[in-house]
Amino acid sequence: MCLGVPGKVVAIDGNCATVDFWGVRRQVLLDVVDEPVAVGDYVLNHVGYAIRRIPESEIGETLALFEQLLAQDDAADLMAGDVRSEIAGTGAAPDDES
Amino acid sequence: MTSPDPRAAFRELKFRDPVRAQAMVEALGRLTTEIGRPRVSVMHVCGSHEQAIAKFGLRATFPRALNVIMGPGCPVCITDTPEVDEGVALARQGVHIATYGDMLRVPGTVLSLADAQADGAKIHVIYSAGQAVELAQRLGEPVVFFATGFETTAVATAAIILKGLPDNLSVLSAHKYIPPVMEIVAEMPETAVEGFLAAGHAATITGWGVFEAFVERHRLPVVVAGFEPLDILAGLVKLLELVRDGEPRVVNMYPRCVTKDGNLRAQEHLWRVFRPVGGRWRGIAHVPNGNLRLQDAYGHLDARRRFTIDLASLWDYAPPALAQSCICGDIMAGIKSPADCTLFGKECTPERPVGACMVSSEGTCKIWQQYGGHPDLGGIA
Repeated sequence: MCLGVPGKVVAIDGNCATVDFWGVRRQVLLDVVDEPVAVGDYVLNHVGYAIRRIPESEIGETLALFEQLLAQDDAADLMAGDVRSEIAGTGAAPDDES
Repeated sequence: MTSPDPRAAFRELKFRDPVRAQAMVEALGRLTTEIGRPRVSVMHVCGSHEQAIAKFGLRATFPRALNVIMGPGCPVCITDTPEVDEGVALARQGVHIATYGDMLRVPGTVLSLADAQADGAKIHVIYSAGQAVELAQRLGEPVVFFATGFETTAVATAAIILKGLPDNLSVLSAHKYIPPVMEIVAEMPETAVEGFLAAGHAATITGWGVFEAFVERHRLPVVVAGFEPLDILAGLVKLLELVRDGEPRVVNMYPRCVTKDGNLRAQEHLWRVFRPVGGRWRGIAHVPNGNLRLQDAYGHLDARRRFTIDLASLWDYAPPALAQSCICGDIMAGIKSPADCTLFGKECTPERPVGACMVSSEGTCKIWQQYGGHPDLGGIA
């Protein structure tokens, strides 16, 4: 819950953006982002909301950590798991509709 | 789950800039020597910082005298026992509970939400605040969003409230606000912290300016840092420079995500919906202004007002005996480490957690259990 995940905006419909996270596309809401967001921008996503537009000049440095984490295929890794959970849109535990 | 050798992790670490990483490791050694005290303790307040420190074996590269402590930075762990009890009691009263996944196994006084679920209570794991709204619309029955987390997550709760909730959805807020707890920990004599590494993404919301008053009051430096191993090393180097120079101030080492004023729009959402009130953080202390509760204007959405929460029904059970030996509170206050706990890795494991710090992926104990974050390995760089 501490770590936001950056992704690239590929479409915008009102206050809802479609954001690409390394090939996974998710809906991210723009209600609280601090600057106007356009297609092609990167945003920092946190529990379904963009909390920051990241300047393009600085995105490379921001993406590197996540690329390293996602390249790792250890399913038990906590940090990579948190990032995957944010992206996949599932919680840390499987949803149980009981 | 095995704990890899952190020294090997550092050797194998694919820093994007190994020369810079090594230079910063050397700078930490030089600065610690210049400070000249046998122990220099600094604290970070973020589970993701601890994950990165432990995962990338950074502690193994720190000089022996440098003690980097994780403070109350796990939002799940610091959710207080009575707050979990409220969720459990509501669930046992037949209300649907929607909450973030890590909350399920966090212990209440007697039961966790997972225990209640095993007894048939209706608990739903969500990933985003918006899913609580969708769940309520789908079910058409009373749903309570048990909303936990720091300001980053509280902003999302505020956003769904401002958009308008379905009539059958209410909010049980256990949200916490980080800046006030730093004041409490800074004043704990046992902790003896000489500086803070502030969490980059929470500061994205608040801005780094929020720490200026803290620095003024406590004469302790604060450095805002990102989550890359290089970001963390750079943050620590800057923090030790400030400690050495004895001129406490705030330095922002994460400008690509953090500005002085922060995200004003998010702050506006946050303070329109929430008001800060004093309350306990699990195992740590009463933190003035550390809890976020709904403003009166949204009182009709507050689960604490809408339901009679029957906590007494939980007290028919005896609390688990092992929990009496748990030292999560002292660990989160930075007074002790998991290595000081008699249960750590024995009676208390990620599979069978006794305390909150072993439950969450952002809890110190679970992180140490996975990565082996033991600080005694200092001085090998």
